[in-house]
Amino acid sequence: MSAHLTPLPADHLSPVPQAPTVLDVDNLSLSLRNADGLLPIVTDVSFSIRQGEAVALVGESGCGKSITASAIMGIAPENAVIGGTITLNGKVISSLSPRDRRRLCGRHMGFIFQEPMTALHPTLSIGRQMTDTLRHNLGLSHAEATNRAAELLDRVGIPRARDILKGYVHELSGGMRQRVMIALAISCGPSLIIADEPTTALDVTIQAQVLDLLEDMRREFNLAMLFITHDLEVVGDFCEKAVVMYAGDVVERGLSADVVNAPTHPYARGLIDAVPAHDDGRTRLTPILGTVPPVGQWPEGCRFAPRCTRADAQCQTRPALERHGQTDARCWHPLEGIQ
Amino acid sequence: MTTQTVLSVEGLSKSFRAVKAVRDVSFTIPKGKTFGLVGESGSGKSTTARLVLRLVEPTSGAISFRGRNLAGLSARDLRAERRHMQMIFQDPFGSLNPRMSVRDTLVEPQLVHGIGTPAEQLKTAERLLAEVSMPRTALDRYPHEFSGGQRQRIAIARALATNPEMIVADEPVSALDVSVQAQVLNLMRDLQDRHGTTMLFISHDLRVVQFMCDEIGVMYLGEIVEQGPRDRIYGAPAHPYTQALLASAPGKGSGQRARLKGEIPSAHAVPSGCAFRTRCPHAFARCTTEKPVMRDMGGGQKAACHLLDGTPAA
Amino acid sequence: MLRYLGKRFLLILPTIFVPLILVFLLLRLSPGDPAGMMLGDQATAEQIAALRTQLGLDQPIWVQFLLWLKGIVTLDLGNSIFFREPVMQIIPRYAGVTIMLTLVALTLAVVIGITMGLLSAMNRNKPIDRGVVTTAVLGISLPEFWFALLLIFVFAVTLRWFPVAGYNPPSAGLVAFASTIFLPALALGVRQSALMTRMMRSSMLDVLNEPYITTARAQGLPESKVIGQYAMRTAAMPVVTVAGLSAGYMLGGAVAIEIIFALPGLGRMLVEAVGRRDYPLVEGGVLTISLVLAVLNLAIDLIYAILDPRIRYQ
Ligand SMILES: Nc1ncnc2c1ncn2[C@@H]1O[C@H](COP(=O)(O)OP(=O)(O)OP(=O)(O)O)[C@@H](O)[C@H]1O
Ligand SMILES: Nc1ncnc2c1ncn2[C@@H]1O[C@H](COP(=O)(O)OP(=O)(O)OP(=O)(O)O)[C@@H](O)[C@H]1O
Ligand code: SF4
Ligand code: SF4
Ligand SMILES: [Mg+2]
Ligand SMILES: [Mg+2]
Repeated sequence: MSAHLTPLPADHLSPVPQAPTVLDVDNLSLSLRNADGLLPIVTDVSFSIRQGEAVALVGESGCGKSITASAIMGIAPENAVIGGTITLNGKVISSLSPRDRRRLCGRHMGFIFQEPMTALHPTLSIGRQMTDTLRHNLGLSHAEATNRAAELLDRVGIPRARDILKGYVHELSGGMRQRVMIALAISCGPSLIIADEPTTALDVTIQAQVLDLLEDMRREFNLAMLFITHDLEVVGDFCEKAVVMYAGDVVERGLSADVVNAPTHPYARGLIDAVPAHDDGRTRLTPILGTVPPVGQWPEGCRFAPRCTRADAQCQTRPALERHGQTDARCWHPLEGIQ
Repeated sequence: MTTQTVLSVEGLSKSFRAVKAVRDVSFTIPKGKTFGLVGESGSGKSTTARLVLRLVEPTSGAISFRGRNLAGLSARDLRAERRHMQMIFQDPFGSLNPRMSVRDTLVEPQLVHGIGTPAEQLKTAERLLAEVSMPRTALDRYPHEFSGGQRQRIAIARALATNPEMIVADEPVSALDVSVQAQVLNLMRDLQDRHGTTMLFISHDLRVVQFMCDEIGVMYLGEIVEQGPRDRIYGAPAHPYTQALLASAPGKGSGQRARLKGEIPSAHAVPSGCAFRTRCPHAFARCTTEKPVMRDMGGGQKAACHLLDGTPAA
Repeated sequence: MLRYLGKRFLLILPTIFVPLILVFLLLRLSPGDPAGMMLGDQATAEQIAALRTQLGLDQPIWVQFLLWLKGIVTLDLGNSIFFREPVMQIIPRYAGVTIMLTLVALTLAVVIGITMGLLSAMNRNKPIDRGVVTTAVLGISLPEFWFALLLIFVFAVTLRWFPVAGYNPPSAGLVAFASTIFLPALALGVRQSALMTRMMRSSMLDVLNEPYITTARAQGLPESKVIGQYAMRTAAMPVVTVAGLSAGYMLGGAVAIEIIFALPGLGRMLVEAVGRRDYPLVEGGVLTISLVLAVLNLAIDLIYAILDPRIRYQ
């Protein structure tokens, strides 16, 4: 991990500098122990989130977004070996016992999944799942928990909340399921919400509704939010900051406006050019050549080098995440950072 | 106009028992053009594609392909006609036979339709691989040895093996990562330019449809509510649903995001009058009682909404 | 819920009647005169004729069938030929033993199966897991009677913890009852418990990978609750299904076990009744076993409906 050379305060970009830092992730790494030894999945991830701020974690399938989230929540697979420091509300939590980590879940951190159909229990009622959480975390009585659950469902825009509490996940539409998931995540008053592709499985009109709701919740409860997505257009609308991952690495980090409009890392630039944008009248897209190398087959040096048009001999050595223009990028030959 | 019409669909409907999956859909695709279908999940896009391919029988309506009415064809003639109409699906895992090498995958459609000698078939297979930018060495490998994007390339090569007049592509890039999606979209456009293939292209991604299609049909609850040339649909959408769909798309700043209320109703219980009225921000009394008819907006654009009554055809 | 159970009951009816009709036909249509066979060589013609009238064998077959059906519906199966008393008085004396044996065996199998399966899944690939899996494979491959003899030899003959054979009804006191039922029930249940162990292990491992388990953890619920309530609830369902099949299997297996342990149960009664050609008693025995099986299966359906709300609405 000698590559972590830049002791930049990760929050130097924050647009809300007066707010206290809720989550600080410093040099997080994660490997999975298997028969052949340790398989690195994520290396050197650092970022921080202030109160009321949304930070996007962007990248293509398999780059390690979900597993990073699970490491922060303390629910990574059993065979995971985790390094680095995770600080929540000023307290280092990465060194806590699994038991103490679990106590932070729900109460201090809430989690929202991509697929609410499978993320909610199929044969326990919505109400049971919500009241279990409320009773365990807040010590409410059954009646108190039921009332609070109904209020929460009401708050996230679910009509007939009392009836829905008695119902099951398969009876709800996709948008309603995700609303239930959001109600569950915020139910115990966490200061941090981790949302793992919360709108990817939804239609655009429903996606817009759910994003609105998440934004409302964020404002109302002053939540810090880690928003995982692969859609850069959502990032620009929804998040103050963005962290771009590629093959287990953070390759670019900065204000989302800068990352989306003027990225300096060739991969981030490539991601933006690859999307057919509205109204640009292009007849050809600019794809990134090749495919993402699978875990365990990362090249030495810069992991993007085999697909990078700017790669040269220097890229055989691993670059560090350093400030270039408006953003931090892990690249020897960063782009100008102009559109 | 001298352009030849390759596919023409007239009043196509399909019900699965009480579910009205597709209702009275009509469109035509001229030779070498791409017609796109967009709409939310369950709006009937895939069912329309399967109807066009006659993988399911229509409840009513006519499909004419290359001037022949597909509905009237015998099973044998239909099989012969399939040579000219190939398909690409969303899931490159499911649509390729895992036990068939790439060579067999590319040779089989030619065998089925009796195209060429074995030597020629193999040659075609090699040429197709080159066209989709895959190495020759891929011939002897099996689908599971390839990434999602590569599998979709193989599926495209297979669709081209019979040199079809038309390709029906149902969400061909939805399962792919953006960087790979761009490769496949470019490939499809290049091939279309080179071969003049006509295409029915389905996607729920408005950006992808805009990139790929010349003409677009917007589907809601089994109906096409608006259709027209790409630039009209994206530049001057006439139907409230099209407007909402475009405004819902991310990338405009959250303040601009449209707030369409509610969710698409079940296809079991299509609302009376205008099917969109339960979510339409402009709905008024007439929308409940009277079904709006398709109105010509000029420039090839058509939309079905009472608000457009009296709009002069520009 | 009631409608669901009603539907399940209708589905179960054939499992009661098919074996009965088979027995009916077998007795009536087999060559030879059943009355003569029942009474043996020494019987006089008058005795045989009297028995034929008593059994209704002198009537046409459809009348016999209707009489037989009436007998079943009114639970009047006539007199046992050997015991010379109503079948319906004899059956309860034997049925209690068999039902107890099956219930205790089923309970043992489920408890052992779920505990071992859970233990194994929670210690995946550790020595405990390997031990359980190996034992389960052994358990499945051992036939019941083998295991019964082994149990008798070890616990009754050598250690003298239990009586070698015989039966005390529950009315004789719990300890006395348990001491005579435990070994037979264990012998009957062991194979099924091995099956259930394997089922429980694999379904638990599947469920632990489900996103809703991750959600429960991410909500801060303690691991004991996550496993014991959230995971168990879904993981137990395949075991319940297996338990239904096991119940039927155990009722069949009870015959051998009752004979080995000299238990006065239905199985032994049936074997003896068949040997004595006591057909009314045979019919009564088959009817009882089918009924017990039906009730057990309904109970399983009920448990299933409680565990999985989705099926109540189908
Ligand atoms: N339990 C596990 N065992 C082995 N490998 C795993 C496990 N979980 C994740 N991985 C691997 O770790 C890598 C990162 O996975 P992760 O789920 O974090 O990706 P992601 O960025 O969330 O992708 P997606 O956009 O597809 O959700 C992947 O290559 C995946 O195959
Ligand atoms: N074989 C079938 N039997 C019954 N209903 C069907 C069948 N196929 C489709 N439907 C129904 O028809 C409607 C339209 O489905 P279709 O798959 O065409 O939608 P779609 O626009 O392709 O949606 P998606 O974006 O989810 O693929 C849906 O309500 C669906 O449930
Ligand atoms: S370090 Fe080199 S290979 Fe890597 S992104 Fe930068 S220029 Fe490309
Ligand atoms: S007809 Fe009425 S409900 Fe339908 S789109 Fe037009 S205004 Fe809206
Ligand atoms: Mg993920
Ligand atoms: Mg579809």
